[in-house]
Parts: sequence; C-alpha cells; structure tokens
Amino acid sequence: MSNFLDLFISFFKIGLFAVGGGPATIPYLMDLTTTRDWFTMKELTNMIAISESTPGPLGLNMATYAGFTAAGVWGGLIASLGLVFPSVVIIILIARFLKDFSENKYVKLTFFGIRPAVTALIAMAVFNLCKVSLFIEKEGAMVPAFKTIALAVVVFVLMQNQKLKKMHPGIWLLFAAVVGVVFRF
Amino acid sequence: MKELISLYWAFFRIGGLTFGGGLTMLPMLKYELVEKNGWVTEEELIDCYAIGQCTPGIIAVNTATFVGYKKRGVIGGIISTLGMISPSIVIITLIALCLEQFMDNVWAMTRTDGGTRCGMCTDAQYGGNIGKKEPCFACLLCDLYCRIFSIHVYGSSADCHCTCIGCFRNYTGNKEKGGKS
Repeated sequence: MSNFLDLFISFFKIGLFAVGGGPATIPYLMDLTTTRDWFTMKELTNMIAISESTPGPLGLNMATYAGFTAAGVWGGLIASLGLVFPSVVIIILIARFLKDFSENKYVKLTFFGIRPAVTALIAMAVFNLCKVSLFIEKEGAMVPAFKTIALAVVVFVLMQNQKLKKMHPGIWLLFAAVVGVVFRF
Repeated sequence: MKELISLYWAFFRIGGLTFGGGLTMLPMLKYELVEKNGWVTEEELIDCYAIGQCTPGIIAVNTATFVGYKKRGVIGGIISTLGMISPSIVIITLIALCLEQFMDNVWAMTRTDGGTRCGMCTDAQYGGNIGKKEPCFACLLCDLYCRIFSIHVYGSSADCHCTCIGCFRNYTGNKEKGGKS
C-alpha cells in the first residue's frame, strides 16, 4: 500500500514540475532510477523506445510503463493517474480564470503574442522530426533516406486534395505503415 | 450524458491513434475537435495548445482537460482526460505484460541455434492452434505490430515475430505449452 502511495506521489511530482510535455519527464524518471529501486537505467531506455513506438502521449506511456515495472498492473494505473492529476487541477483552474477574463484586454493581447510563438515551437518540432525521420546516420554523417522522403512527399501531395484532406489522419498513418511493410523501409 | 460519452470517445480515439507525443497530436485534435465535432474553433485549439505547453504536465492531457472543461465543466475535463489516457494505459500494460513473457522466451530460445530456432518456435506455437482450428487473433496482431514498427528486441525480426507469437500464445491460452521452459 505504501509502495502505491509512493508511486502516486512520485509521479504526481513529475506531473507538477515537468513543463513542456513528455520529453521533459525523462530527467525526472532518470532521477527515480537512483532514488528508488523500481527500475534500472537500462529498463528506462527500453521504456522510452517502446513508448515512442506505441500510440498515445509519450509522457503517459512512460508513466504507465514505469509504474508497471515498479508494481505491476495497478502500479501502471496509479502512476498514470498520479501524473495527470496535477495537470487536471491546474488546467481547470486556468480555464475557469480564462472564462471570466476572456474579454479582458490584457488576456487577449497575451494570446495575440502567444499564437505565433506556438507556431514557431511546432515548426521547430517538425524540423527536429525531419532530421530523425528523413535522414539516416551513416558513419557519423547524415545521409538522406530517399525512400522515406519520397513517402513523405507523396502523402503531402495527396493531402492537398480537398476530399482526401477530410479523411481521418489515422488512415494516413495506416497507409504509411502498410507502405513501410511492403517496401521494407 | 451523451455528450460526456462522445467527449470520452473522441479523446480515446485521439490517444489511441497518435504516435509520439502531444505535438504530433495536432492534426488528430484538429480533425476530431474542430472539423468533426465543432467543439472548439481552430484559434481556441491553438490557445489550448499554448496553455498546455507552458503549464506543467504533458501537453496532450492539458489540452484534453481544457477542451473538456470548456464543453462540460469540471466533469467534462476529467472525462476527456480519462479518455485520453485510457488507450495508453491499456496498450502499455499489455505490452509490458507481453515483454515479461517475451524475455523468458528469448532466454529459452538462445539454447537452440539460428535457423532451427525460428522454425521450431513457429511450429510449436502454431501447432496448438491448427489442432483447434482457431487462429489466434492476438498473435496476428502482435506479429503485424512487430513488422510495422520493426521492433528488433532480439536478433532479426523473424526471431522477434516468432517469440511474439509464442508469448501471446502463452498469454491467450494453455500456459503449460511451450514458452516458459
């Protein structure tokens, strides 16, 4: 029981202090490998790899996995709930505040400035993703992977079609996955 | 009540179909929340996103809570968040369970050599199925999954696909057969 409580509190802290999404939780998880005997550094690298290649938000996948390694199925559930608990409380407070002040001049001006900044952040993420997904590292140098680039271009061009644009994004992922299997990327 | 269910279900789909993290989720969020259900406008979604980025916690959950709260208050926020986290918890728990079995299988298999190992494993694991004439759906799913994401946990992907089938066999049916030897 106390183990579960410890799990909940540890992940509650991660959820409370990790600003910037899933990747920001990694240093905190590394910390846990030294302060608790729940999982080792090697297990953590496995967790990160598996969390990246499974559906769902990265931070949450890692929390479930780490909790599972520490204390089984219930551990996974408790760690995940611990992680999201602070988010839910904080966001509800902010949303409540914004509801009352949404017509406020300063709140409006803040968002006016924040929107382009978010666009830049997303663009940065896209850039980083391109580096990982469109290039292969060969003998220390970055070599463009032509097959993957071709696939990305094909999907991008197809998506310009008005009808295809309305399709569920998951269908594109499935399509790409099938192409990957067939052409052995 | 009906709206709460559709909130839960929409975020369940978003959580279950995005790979990576909060940032790769944007197209899915836009599709489900703006285009399909019209719960928020595109501008509001970007605002949610901005708030999600600069507040503690993972972005996906922050966005889910925000949109849920906007629609149905505190309960809406909680339900949306639960929807977002449910697929992760289920999928990761299954994989973690599977991997524990998987590691046992890997150690059992290292005793035999390369080529035969693969064939033996497939025979042994499929054998039970052929007799019963019930294809193991979980095996096929896991096999497909490994192929798609080319998970090379041990040796070649062929090895991996066999071990995966093995561990799912152990999980879905008679535990005394194969596997944990």
